[in-house]
Amino acid sequence: MDKKVLVYSTPTCPYCIRTKQFLRDNNIVFEDIDVSVNQTAAEEIVRKSGQMGVPVLDIDGQIIVGFDKERIKAALGL
Amino acid sequence: MYDLIIIGAGPAGITAAVYAARKRMSLLVITKDIGGQAAISGDIENYTGYQFITGPDLAAKFEEHMRKYDITLKENEEVSEVRKRENLISIKTDKGAYEARTTIIASGKKSRELNVPGEREFKNKGLTYCATCDGPLFSGKDVAVIGGGNSALDATLQLIKIAKQVYIINNASGLGGDAIMREKINESKLVTVLNNTQVTAILGDKFVSEIKIKREGKEVQLAVQGIFVEIGLIPNSDFANEVEKNQFGEIKVNSCNETNIPCIFAAGDVTDVPEKQIIIAAGEGSKAALSAFRYLSQLR
Repeated sequence: MDKKVLVYSTPTCPYCIRTKQFLRDNNIVFEDIDVSVNQTAAEEIVRKSGQMGVPVLDIDGQIIVGFDKERIKAALGL
Repeated sequence: MYDLIIIGAGPAGITAAVYAARKRMSLLVITKDIGGQAAISGDIENYTGYQFITGPDLAAKFEEHMRKYDITLKENEEVSEVRKRENLISIKTDKGAYEARTTIIASGKKSRELNVPGEREFKNKGLTYCATCDGPLFSGKDVAVIGGGNSALDATLQLIKIAKQVYIINNASGLGGDAIMREKINESKLVTVLNNTQVTAILGDKFVSEIKIKREGKEVQLAVQGIFVEIGLIPNSDFANEVEKNQFGEIKVNSCNETNIPCIFAAGDVTDVPEKQIIIAAGEGSKAALSAFRYLSQLR
């Protein structure tokens, strides 16, 4: 079964753009949550990741901070 | 063995790659990220041909241009050593080792740190070096920008669209940077500029809650939830032990981008070239590639 992938991002953050591009290149379906217009989501990433940097990925509950290609690959089984 | 290994993929490295690819040199690009500092710049209004473009968009254009050519690219890889042997250069990274006949060091600069208590602990917990990336998380909050040059002004201009209040903590007697940016800041009612002020500590529990500053001999605390450090940059040149550098750690190059070692070239912000600008870095990258090409032609 496909994993549920959430990407918390801002429109201007280059690592967010690269993360989303990487997921698209690998045909991964994900939900993009723009924290710059969604204050609840901004608070959610602080709660989930214990920090305030973007991007934050939630892959079936596994939290990855930043565009960490190797960890993202491992979590997705790529 | 490659003809050329380019270290870095900012404006200098990418432009060097485009030029080298067009000369049909066998080529490897090793880089930590794509776009370098350009990718985390806010609005760019001085790159000829674009009256206005954002940093991420310009970096994406650069990348697209580079990928038009068949270039081997190692991303997320950090160079740890560049060494000249007999007739080749050996390059070590955190993931492997490579050899080339020439190299261009275009590894750019990184943010200078404050070196005050609390900085490490609160990194990404309210303290950040990238307003473009993390700015929107501070919507409606009180924040401080540390610094007084163009990058501090750029961060401030991004933050006044988001934050409730912005303090600029500047250790000089007045703001530097471009007049056009200073004017925009002076017009904003949200900004308080504190000159002749030093940061002495970052305080908080789980996240930043206060910043300790020293002003006119007295230490005071400001309640802020966000701190943006914009106090300049240092060159990423530690791995290049054999090349000659200036007092700031910038690699010394001549007008042909040659270093003191014949097969090692350097370009962009990591060098002692006067003025650090995207357009200058790009131009320097092209010169370095052409110099490397000429060097190889003379060997054959």
